[in-house]
Amino acid sequence: MSETYIARSSSIAARALAGEMMIMNSVDSTFFTLNEVATAIWQAADGRTPLSEIVRTRICETFEIDEAKAQADAQQFVAELSGHGILLVSDQPLAQEATR
Amino acid sequence: MSLMAEVGQKAFDLGLPISVHLDVTYRCNERCVHCYLDHDDHGEMTTAEIKDVLDQLAEAGVFFLTLSGGEVFLRRDFFEIVEYARHLQFNVKIKTNAVMIGKKEAQRLRDLNVDTVQISLYSHRPEVHDAITKLPKSFERTVKAIRFLHEHGVRVTIANVLMTENQNDHYGVQKLAAEIGVMYVLDPTITPMMDGNTDVLALRVAGESLPEIFKNPALVPNQEEFCAPPPPVSEGDLDGYSCSAGHSFCYVSPYGDVFPCVQFPLPTGNVRQQKFMDIWNLSPQLKEVRSIQGKDLTVCSSCSHLTTCTRCPGLAYMEGSMRGPSTADCEKSFYRTGIATANMLMQGLSKPRTTAPLVQIQPLAVSANA
Repeated sequence: MSETYIARSSSIAARALAGEMMIMNSVDSTFFTLNEVATAIWQAADGRTPLSEIVRTRICETFEIDEAKAQADAQQFVAELSGHGILLVSDQPLAQEATR
Repeated sequence: MSLMAEVGQKAFDLGLPISVHLDVTYRCNERCVHCYLDHDDHGEMTTAEIKDVLDQLAEAGVFFLTLSGGEVFLRRDFFEIVEYARHLQFNVKIKTNAVMIGKKEAQRLRDLNVDTVQISLYSHRPEVHDAITKLPKSFERTVKAIRFLHEHGVRVTIANVLMTENQNDHYGVQKLAAEIGVMYVLDPTITPMMDGNTDVLALRVAGESLPEIFKNPALVPNQEEFCAPPPPVSEGDLDGYSCSAGHSFCYVSPYGDVFPCVQFPLPTGNVRQQKFMDIWNLSPQLKEVRSIQGKDLTVCSSCSHLTTCTRCPGLAYMEGSMRGPSTADCEKSFYRTGIATANMLMQGLSKPRTTAPLVQIQPLAVSANA
């Protein structure tokens, strides 16, 4: 099974508010907030670390979540954000568009 | 409550600066008759200083960043500032008269994913607009820029400030905005000049004309709700406070002075001398602003409009007390609903004063870049 790599789009605005991420897509002004778990995935989306590794090291260990369920939820979350154009997804490592 | 409103409320409750308005210059290529600014440069922050402030604002958690002036494009480094702000992932809104925006600038703003460009347009009639800006051909240049930006996919809002000079032109400006395909906002608020001069207040649209604006469905879609009598004031309302100035929002001048809001000239510190977060957390003035609750308002706490009034604490401050009423907003509340305000009742007035006794009670401390 191929790996999934994720990177944050440069077209968005993002900031953490009390541990949760606020994200706005400049294309259509869609506004999102991410919960603590989703924020951890977002912050780890450096384009180089495989999603499975992010889930294993940043999610399962920190939040004590079952890995199989966490991997499935993460795939769904990534697909959703990708659909809104705020997360870039590839089966190859990606250049990180935004640095912060 | 929308998700955005929820987030705003969360920032307000936590006392976090989610939104900042940064004027990068007071210089301007227009000389609008109603403008409150001194356009001389008294020592604007350098590019490096502004970048440092942006770093601090990002660190502080600021998400919404408005870059304004003066005319922002008079700064040769303006695109460098915007680029840096976007690099820090701010949601950037720009306020400009747009006369310096051509196709190249429009494309660059699009490429930088700026959220919105808000452009001042006073009339659909060139002669009226140009007479207000005192810049010949400014209407032509501004409208051309609006079209460029729209064609390049940049979200544009036309801001139509109403005053005596153009008070009947809002229909025409709104129609022009619809024809181009951009958003439109109307603002009937004229504020005193920063040096305390109140002559510009003579340009305010007379209160008697406000109902025509408030009851125009093209300008105010939710008529019934907007003009409805205010709901009864509860205990919770008296314990709360609605304006975000100093709570989750603040203003930074081109000289680094920090204020609770653009029209709240209470100096709280300067980013050239202190870290932004030290000012935000430790300023006695900001602490005082944050301490005010509905029940502390000297006149408004007994007003039936308390929960729906747009009372501006900055204008109240300029009238003499940040806990007092803002007469311009009393006027709006009265003409919106037809119900007398506590301020009117206290003074035995059957209709609001036509001019507010505004005074600049504390001059702005202009910090020259020595």
